Amino acid sequence: MPTFNLKINNKTHTVEADMDTPLLWVLRDHIDLVGTKFGCGIGQCGACTVHVDGDAMRSCLLQVSQAEGMEITTIEGLSDDGDHPVQKAWLKHDVPQCGYCQSGQIMSAAALLKSNPNPSDEEIDAAMDGNICRCGTYVRIKQAIKTASKL
Amino acid sequence: MTKIKTQYNRRSFLKISAAAGGGMLIGFSWFTGCTSDKKIKEVVAIPNEWFEINGYIKIGDTGLVTIYSPNPEIGQNVRTSMPMIVAEELDVDWNNVVVEQAPLNTGFYQNQFAGGSLSIRLSWNALRMAGATARRMLMEAAAKEWGLTASDLTVEKGTIKEKNGERTIGYGEIASKAVGIEIPEEVELKDTRSFNIIGNSKKNVDGKKIVTGQPLFGLDFKREGMKLAVIQHPPAFGMKVKSFNEEEIKAMPGVQDAFIIDTTIPEPQWCDEKGFLQLITLVGDSTWQLMNAKRAIKAEWETVSELENSEMHMKNLEEALVSGSVQESRKDGNPETAFKKAAKVIERTYSSPFLPHNTMEPMNFFANVTEDSAELIGPTQMPEPLEKSVSQLLNIPLENITVNMTRIGGGFGRRLYQHYGLEAAAISKKIGAPVKLIYTREDDMTQGTYRPPYLSTYKAGLDENNNLIAFSVKGAGLPEGPVFPNRFPAGTVENYLAEKIGGETNVTTGAWRAPRSHFTAGAEQAFLDEVAELAGKDPIDFRLELFDRAINNPVGEKYEYDAERYAGVLKLVKEKSNWDQKNPNVYRGVAAYFCHYSYVAEVVDVIMVNGNPKVKKVWCAVDCGIVVNPDAASNIIQGGVIDGIGHAMYSQLTFENGAPNEMNFDRYQLMRHSQAPEEIEVFFVKNEIEPTGLGEPGLPPAVGALANAIYRATGKRLYKQPFIHNMEFEKVIG
Repeated sequence: MPTFNLKINNKTHTVEADMDTPLLWVLRDHIDLVGTKFGCGIGQCGACTVHVDGDAMRSCLLQVSQAEGMEITTIEGLSDDGDHPVQKAWLKHDVPQCGYCQSGQIMSAAALLKSNPNPSDEEIDAAMDGNICRCGTYVRIKQAIKTASKL
Repeated sequence: MTKIKTQYNRRSFLKISAAAGGGMLIGFSWFTGCTSDKKIKEVVAIPNEWFEINGYIKIGDTGLVTIYSPNPEIGQNVRTSMPMIVAEELDVDWNNVVVEQAPLNTGFYQNQFAGGSLSIRLSWNALRMAGATARRMLMEAAAKEWGLTASDLTVEKGTIKEKNGERTIGYGEIASKAVGIEIPEEVELKDTRSFNIIGNSKKNVDGKKIVTGQPLFGLDFKREGMKLAVIQHPPAFGMKVKSFNEEEIKAMPGVQDAFIIDTTIPEPQWCDEKGFLQLITLVGDSTWQLMNAKRAIKAEWETVSELENSEMHMKNLEEALVSGSVQESRKDGNPETAFKKAAKVIERTYSSPFLPHNTMEPMNFFANVTEDSAELIGPTQMPEPLEKSVSQLLNIPLENITVNMTRIGGGFGRRLYQHYGLEAAAISKKIGAPVKLIYTREDDMTQGTYRPPYLSTYKAGLDENNNLIAFSVKGAGLPEGPVFPNRFPAGTVENYLAEKIGGETNVTTGAWRAPRSHFTAGAEQAFLDEVAELAGKDPIDFRLELFDRAINNPVGEKYEYDAERYAGVLKLVKEKSNWDQKNPNVYRGVAAYFCHYSYVAEVVDVIMVNGNPKVKKVWCAVDCGIVVNPDAASNIIQGGVIDGIGHAMYSQLTFENGAPNEMNFDRYQLMRHSQAPEEIEVFFVKNEIEPTGLGEPGLPPAVGALANAIYRATGKRLYKQPFIHNMEFEKVIG
């Protein structure tokens, strides 16, 4: 099995995995970073969203062989102590219900605010439409993104 | 103050106390050990020693209090609200409380399940009593120390004070002595008006862990030496596995074992699997390798019953309405004659498709089965029946089985049916090692316990003065009809007929958030909107007239709702939404529904954007009695609204040759951000009635209110879900 060196949350991890293993399963099975969630496996639900070189990407679609040399950030590496503005806003609005999709939502929101610090409602919708929340916390997510944009 | 006898629970309280020394009650702290709660640490030091006061409460020598939350957490926020109730009666500072998930313990807790919006309602008294009993024991311990009686003392936020003196002592200092105090025969409960934790919003106790991605869910569970497993079920309902290319699969990379498991048990319970009992199973160490290997399965499937399709399902429903078996009914007056006499008669038929639950966390479970014991950890809404079924499957006595509940990535009724826990146990037994079973989204969506499809016909008759003189509803479902014969409008119409009718299918169906109510509310409330229109009446006034009848001169012997509370939420939503104030560009629909002992009325505001309807705002008025955690209660109502609107508008599961056509989120549509309402405002009726549930009641009225608002905006009545397939608009936003 080939070996890959991955830069995740500013640390280098060496993993042995099949070439086509999605980053999602490398994170979860090999590195024990389970904050990145499995929801659909086909890039449709957003639960597995991570940052790759600063952009929000679905880790279920990114093969480990393509991820070498890229700067990968997962929910565990978004901040040192949960104090990223988006995380703080999420707590302020008490967004989660079941909570399962929220790390993906937070990663999408954080990437959005990095490229667009003051998004309009339409821009929020466009950036977040790939992240499903089955519990229906969409209204609070939008409020939290707006709050985070001011933090 | 209310006095409450502890007698009923006395035996179990004693049982737990006697066993506490042996460490019988060990909360599920696999996860807590992984994280630190900094906020708590800053306030109170981590104790050196803990004292188990009763099965709900453990107090540390520093005053830190652990409260065990007994029920499964599926997103309804009971892991915060149940401990809040205990903390209220215990009288401690909420900031000094940490919460742990209790394991399944039928000897101590009652009703350890998440279903029917019942957690708070059924445990209200038990939780209050647990807190009040512990408070009393702590006070008695302090009184004993000081040579006083408990009545000489007061307590506030975990500090006991002498009434006529200077002495004070914290719970942490006296806890060791309280353990030996005899359990009081009777305890005093607080006056509900003096609550200071209940009724004040508290943040989700797992909030920080959720937003930082800490392991909380079943799918996150890991144990040294644990194997992973995936399953393959038959491609269609009505099929069974005969054989598969076992040797080829075993030779694939990462596959350590491959076999067929059988989860047939001698006496299945209502929540046991009825569809696929034999499953192809692959075991290994890498999820991805197993998923890859799964794609290479070549199996021989045997057809054991009819392979159904969606057209057949609709035909079954239509036939059931004509000649199906009536499961429950009610008749008042003489509807047939009344319809003949009526000046105006209106009849409409409504339908909805199968729906999967699609919890975001796919089904999974951990099992560690040895020769004479079994340990299960994972997401279940029904730990007790799971334990019983595992006991049957493995022939291991109940006392040798433990079930621990992880935080659950969505329930909606799906995890009442925990065959996946049983499957994990079967796999662990076969391989003789601990294992975590993981479903893919496709497994999850195609091996469901679906919301059944429904078809209901409503008929109403008005006299020449536009009074409702006759009403009938016939509703069919596969297999259970969606009609509640004794609910509204029973009791309000002189001539009334309601028939709940069943049909057949071999597709497995079950409870789906607000079972039957989610469909019936939508159909009935949309129908009443048309009836009100035919009568030339405002839809809220028309309903209030009916409730007046139920209050002043009810028809028939009984009805299952409180007409004043029902009318109350309608009046509240009317006031809060400024119903009478018409805005030319906002189209409004209203609906109200009672289910799961709570009352909810909703107004949906739709605007037209580029010729398409969009939900702008939803107003909700809720009567669930005392609101334990207001902001979280609003959250769950908001979620119910989105769930109701989203599924009615977009979602359906269709069948061909026994197999679902929609297998993942590429073809199956769930509401997304851009389709959600911009704002959902929730108002609660203030009263001191004992609390009822909120997990489900927010959903049903949203469907009717949406249909009624879209009608006002577009002139089109919607009868068939999902609505999007029955509208000309290219894109409906929310």
